[in-house]
Amino acid sequence: MGNYILYLVAFLLLVLSFIKDRQKTINALKKAWKAFENILPEFLGVIMLVGIMLAILNPEVISGIIGESSGWLGVILSSIIGAITLIPGFVAFPTAAMLLKSGAGYMQIGAFISSLMMVGVVTASVEIKYFGKKLTILRNVLAFLFSFVVAFVIGKVVGVG
Amino acid sequence: MAGIILVNKELGFKALDITGYSLKEMVLVIPPVFILLGLLDIWVPREIMVKYMGKGSGIKGVILAILLGSAAAGPLYGAFPVAAVFMKKGVKFSNILIFIGAWSTTKIPMFLFELSSLGVRFAVTRLLIDIPGIIIIAYILSKVISKNEIEEIYKNAESM
Repeated sequence: MGNYILYLVAFLLLVLSFIKDRQKTINALKKAWKAFENILPEFLGVIMLVGIMLAILNPEVISGIIGESSGWLGVILSSIIGAITLIPGFVAFPTAAMLLKSGAGYMQIGAFISSLMMVGVVTASVEIKYFGKKLTILRNVLAFLFSFVVAFVIGKVVGVG
Repeated sequence: MAGIILVNKELGFKALDITGYSLKEMVLVIPPVFILLGLLDIWVPREIMVKYMGKGSGIKGVILAILLGSAAAGPLYGAFPVAAVFMKKGVKFSNILIFIGAWSTTKIPMFLFELSSLGVRFAVTRLLIDIPGIIIIAYILSKVISKNEIEEIYKNAESM
């Protein structure tokens, strides 16, 4: 649904822009294409890596590692899995719900979701292109550590109830 | 990829299948993002961005960065080109980082999805820790990275 809204907004603004100033609109599209072309090779590389990752790490493998009794070791492992995989949200959340049903712990799932969203090992090449190596590494390390905080709080708040 | 198919046919084709699926995802999300970027770059003058999100924009800039990041759709790598345009327009570095953080984890469409899959308690708890988390991470990063390095990053964005 989010996609449709995005398309609608982009389309309406494009039409509005075209009515106001044709040349500027063409320039905007040229800029859009240039920005896209610039990053295309990285995008394609990332997408292939993700394909390989997800083929190996299926839900059965994941739930075997992060059961409720796996404790902080499970939290660490699920953060690592989250960090290296890149699963779109509409797949990730139902998967997480399924993992919870099949015995994964709340703390572990909290860590998994958090690092999945904030840490991107496979997308690091794209991030480096824009932000440089140092910032990319620092941001990802901090986000990785932060997912332990999330795990802890989720475990305390949700795990008990 | 071809190597994997040769070694393990099943795994290779599964990887190919998922790659195709992600490619479709990308094709669906990327065009409007880049079109919006192009329009933003051409139409929104630098002064306006500086006023609302540049140096001295204070709490207003922080809130705006969170809202813009949260309203976004698409995976995290979609945020980087947007950040580059923001840098071109003179948005403050810490606000750029907050925007990236919000895009990664407090996205509204994702939140709705999380709500329905994992329940109110899980989703709301995570949102409540994430907001301060994002801001703290952004401030740590902008303190740790030197002025020169930030300038380099802005210069790099100019050429993207």
